[in-house]
Amino acid sequence: MNNNRREMVDGAAAIARGALDAGCNFYAGYPITPASGILTHMLRELPKVGGIGLQGEDEISSIGHCIGAATSGATVFTASSGPGLSLYSENIGLAIMMEIPLVITISQRLGPSTGAATASAQGDIQFMRWCNSGGYPVIVLSPTNIPESYHLTKRAFKLAKRFRNPVFIATDKETVMTTESVAEAEMIDAPDWPEVPDEPVGKPLDPYQVNGTIHHYTGSSHTEEGHITKDPDIIAEFNERLKNKIESRVDEISLVKPDLDVGAETLILSYGVTARSMEAAVIQLRSLGEKVSALTVFSLWPIPEKKIQDCLKGVKRIIIPEMNHGQYRHEIQRLTNSDVDLVGVNRVDTFLITPEEIMEAYHG
Amino acid sequence: MAEPVLDTYIAEENLPYEFCPGCSHGKVLGALSDSLKQQGLDPTEVVIVTDIGCVGLSDKYFVTHAFHGLHGRAITYASGIKMQNPDLKVVVLIGDGGCGIGGHHLLNAARMNTDVAVLVFNNFNFGMTGGQHSVTTPMDSITPTTSLGSTDAPMDIAGTAKVNGGGFIARATAFDKDLPDMITKAMNHDGFSLIDIWELCTAYYVVRNDFGRKEMMGYMDSMNMESGMLQETERPSFQTSYKHMQTQASEQKPMSGLVLETKFSSDLDKPIRIVLAGAAGQKVVSAGNLLASAATLSGLWTSRRADFPITIQTGFSVAEVVISPEPVLYSGIIKPDVAVLIAPEGKAKIARLTKAMEETDTVYYAEGLGDADSAATQLPLNFPDSAKKELRKNISALAAGYLTKQLNLFPFEALKEAVRQIQKPKIAEINLGVLAHFEN
Repeated sequence: MNNNRREMVDGAAAIARGALDAGCNFYAGYPITPASGILTHMLRELPKVGGIGLQGEDEISSIGHCIGAATSGATVFTASSGPGLSLYSENIGLAIMMEIPLVITISQRLGPSTGAATASAQGDIQFMRWCNSGGYPVIVLSPTNIPESYHLTKRAFKLAKRFRNPVFIATDKETVMTTESVAEAEMIDAPDWPEVPDEPVGKPLDPYQVNGTIHHYTGSSHTEEGHITKDPDIIAEFNERLKNKIESRVDEISLVKPDLDVGAETLILSYGVTARSMEAAVIQLRSLGEKVSALTVFSLWPIPEKKIQDCLKGVKRIIIPEMNHGQYRHEIQRLTNSDVDLVGVNRVDTFLITPEEIMEAYHG
Repeated sequence: MAEPVLDTYIAEENLPYEFCPGCSHGKVLGALSDSLKQQGLDPTEVVIVTDIGCVGLSDKYFVTHAFHGLHGRAITYASGIKMQNPDLKVVVLIGDGGCGIGGHHLLNAARMNTDVAVLVFNNFNFGMTGGQHSVTTPMDSITPTTSLGSTDAPMDIAGTAKVNGGGFIARATAFDKDLPDMITKAMNHDGFSLIDIWELCTAYYVVRNDFGRKEMMGYMDSMNMESGMLQETERPSFQTSYKHMQTQASEQKPMSGLVLETKFSSDLDKPIRIVLAGAAGQKVVSAGNLLASAATLSGLWTSRRADFPITIQTGFSVAEVVISPEPVLYSGIIKPDVAVLIAPEGKAKIARLTKAMEETDTVYYAEGLGDADSAATQLPLNFPDSAKKELRKNISALAAGYLTKQLNLFPFEALKEAVRQIQKPKIAEINLGVLAHFEN
């Protein structure tokens, strides 16, 4: 790696480049800090490569354009923040029902409502998972830094196509809007992650085409051919399939970065920008002679249960720093025995969680 | 008239319609089928996008492609379908309810002139949910939700589309013999087209308001909402305009990153956190970029955050720069090592940070800002005398130069190189002039 060539780049550019390199050819979005950078890049870049980028009159229109374009064969993408996710949510249910491959970036800012616009936050982790009526599974990936923003965006498009489902990139103001120097090679070389298979888990999306097969896409319960049905057996089978196509492949989707210290009784688990403070804390703790393990979770949903449990052998305490009131900690609680102590490090005051706070939690 | 491909586009195996006796919906669907026959379209050339409500039952009656989405959003899907595949003919079937909840989409699709044909099944109430009042319910109407008579002025759907730039706008009734011809014209218009088709809801509105065909025609007259063509203008459709833009854009270079190659070296052995705090218009963020880029050119790692009010031309402007011999993990600053106070707005904004600073930290301040509530060592920004004339326009670049000299984080040459590599030639020339004051 030529360490001497470094790029000055922010997360918005990294995500836009990831989308373009993944073959995205249709973007529709509505301005909102801290996601507007992605909108600007996509609207400027897509027409250069024969794609279409547009600003909708609102988030509902934007995601609606994306879903429509996808049924005509486009590879679609949109980005917003928590307030926009509220407006997306009904259409996310539609995309799940129609099995539309749809990549959505949520650049989180501190809520509720307009909140402290625009400070960084991680308060939409549960919202992304549960924003659809019926609670059907979605995939949520969370980069911790700028190169990962690029590579996970590319991965999100592959997963969306494979599962014919909405896939989120859960990022935040800090990652999207902070310009950093990163090794050029890190922006180019693919990380050592398992490949996402190309073939879809079910039928591939067959878009509307002149002289193609006639298609009915519908948000109502339907047969695989798209015909509306009220047959309870068909409805049950269809809904079970929507759930199982993702939940039966959790291990395939799971993506984590364990940094385990043999014999450590404390594991720190984090995600997104907060995982960087965790890494800084772990470096310092180890330099002080402490035995401590760390686990970065990239695939927040579905929860990579097995990969997390693999890291829990001998662990008596899990510290979970996150910029919310403990949204992921409660998920981890389900995976642990009652004798494991769960400690949250939480901030909702516009500041990032510092490495020192995590070290303080470690020292208890 | 084109050569017929099919005799009917109605999926006859799904007949009869499940609409109420006397409901006008079946008439309009028949007119659409006749229009498709007139046009000689292959069923695979047509996508029928239905909204929600009784009209939303329509897609299953057609042998064409179909899309049935959310209430009020049909026009957004239709536009997306057409944008991606302009060879398809896209028709939206939507009710007055959908035009209410999705009115925003209606008027914006008209503005964008996206090439879809919208057929409004306007029967003055929500038929599917029990006849509640809609945006087009005539005043004084009795409905379950206006039991003493509605008081809202009715929305003129066709008029709304017309004043918002829709190219082909017409009003009709479900009883018009020439409805198939009008649908054909609408579908062949290059751009947004809409026909506001007035209808009878025999289950609810008609019986509650004694509103038959005769009364509907009388109401049309009384409201001065005449039927027929309201607007037919030619302007480039979204598809045409966007294609032109794509042609122009294809000549531009794709986005690429700003890569800086290490040319200088540095002795920095631990991270330093610097906050520049000024006011809008002082190019504070630009100075932060220069420091970060100069550090990067010197083999260091950096992060640069910016903070300013949403009204960017007023108030504070703050740049937070972390410079480190190792890649930056934590990019936040709760206690700067160095703070530079350039304007009172910035000083006030970072008061919490300067207050957290310790004796070993340094606050540099511009004239008049030397009384920060801070334990840090406070030093004036002692610019060279020759630089005084730059204070008004270029104080942030001066501060970057001054810090570089004082802190010795990287060679002064690196800062000049950063100016040359990241700034536009005109700006670079000015800033190289500013930095020259430190070398005289």
